Amino acid sequence: MINELDFEAAERLKVAIIGTGPAGLTAALYAARANLSPVVFEGPEPGGQLMTTTDVENFPGFPEGIMGPDMMQRFRDQATRFGADLRWGMVTEVDLSARPFKLVVDEEMPFLAETVIVSTGASAMYLGLENELRLRGYGVSACATCDGAFFKNQEIAIVGGGDTAMEEAQYLTRHAAKVYLIHRRDSFRASKIMQQRVLENPKIQVIWNTVVEDVLGEKEVTGLALKNVRTGETSTLTVTGFFVAIGHKPNTEVFKGQLEMDATGYLKTGPSNTATNIPGVFACGDAQDHVYRQAITAAGTGCMAAIDVERWLAENNA
Amino acid sequence: MALAVTDKTFKTEVLESDVPVLVDFWAAWCGPCLMIAPAVEQLANEYKGKAKVVKLNVDENQYVSGQFGIRSIPTLLIFHKGRVVDQLIGAAPKKKMAAHLDKVIEKAASAA
Repeated sequence: MINELDFEAAERLKVAIIGTGPAGLTAALYAARANLSPVVFEGPEPGGQLMTTTDVENFPGFPEGIMGPDMMQRFRDQATRFGADLRWGMVTEVDLSARPFKLVVDEEMPFLAETVIVSTGASAMYLGLENELRLRGYGVSACATCDGAFFKNQEIAIVGGGDTAMEEAQYLTRHAAKVYLIHRRDSFRASKIMQQRVLENPKIQVIWNTVVEDVLGEKEVTGLALKNVRTGETSTLTVTGFFVAIGHKPNTEVFKGQLEMDATGYLKTGPSNTATNIPGVFACGDAQDHVYRQAITAAGTGCMAAIDVERWLAENNA
Repeated sequence: MALAVTDKTFKTEVLESDVPVLVDFWAAWCGPCLMIAPAVEQLANEYKGKAKVVKLNVDENQYVSGQFGIRSIPTLLIFHKGRVVDQLIGAAPKKKMAAHLDKVIEKAASAA
């Protein structure tokens, strides 16, 4: 595919930034202010994970909290104010074997880039059950804020044990009559404050030590097949909705075989900077962070990536 | 601009349309809906004459949303001759939305 495109006439970029979550947009802001004329490719989920978040209560500088999508709009406005060039499209192929690097957008548009900042983030994971996929949109969802309202006064379930699961379970009680929170262990890994809210919420019932074995329903979700991992006991839970909040996977597929990554696909960077194994290619945000995964840390590493790029260009006279 | 259809106008604007119609079921509180909104607007302009691209706010138009069993947004349904002929659930890149629309238009042309 990439070999069939004409890169002779391709647009040549000083800095290509891939992804528009907090990492990519912060990198864009800093790169724009450094006069590097960054071009930012929006990707398939512009704004990233915060677009499906309600109240962001832990981003410093917003003591009253801010809605995720509103915050991302502010990130965009700030980046574009200084000249960052945001473009629709998804990077579908790359060739990082020689400089300038080759990028293909939407399988057809070739670009050449002196440097690349990877800020492709991570996307919500599903359990991977056949019926879960089949019933997506018919009661199965990975976005509580999008779809919670369709389950007014109904009994629904959510699976997960991290902060996202806590937040979404909380959110779902605004609409649903009852929310079952299913978790495979006997304790949550979520932060204490989030756990406490969930455990104190009378509309949430936690089902511990239990995994979802199947999603039931012909045309729409009617229930779940559960299994207690301690006792081996199986049961059926009648629900009309099933929300999945079991974590995220990094969007790094396109870099496979070129950028070093760990077994789960998180890019390797550093130490102490955002450099990848290829000089001139930097990575920031959730694409390279499976530990912190916060908006503020993504933004922080985005800033680092832009500064690393600026220095790299100066040192390599590119 | 993608026309905003409602419970009241759905029949005339969508079901009785001569050309295929892509309906974007959305709501203001849905982040992914806002993400794809600019792409939907672009499609509305690019497909002028060949297909209609319209938006339906599920908050304000619960009758139609209920009729088509919308339980997840964004959902894109493509209608032709009063029937759902294709669907896309969740935010999709513009290219994918266009591909779905192209397929329906092609079929509609060969059937005509």
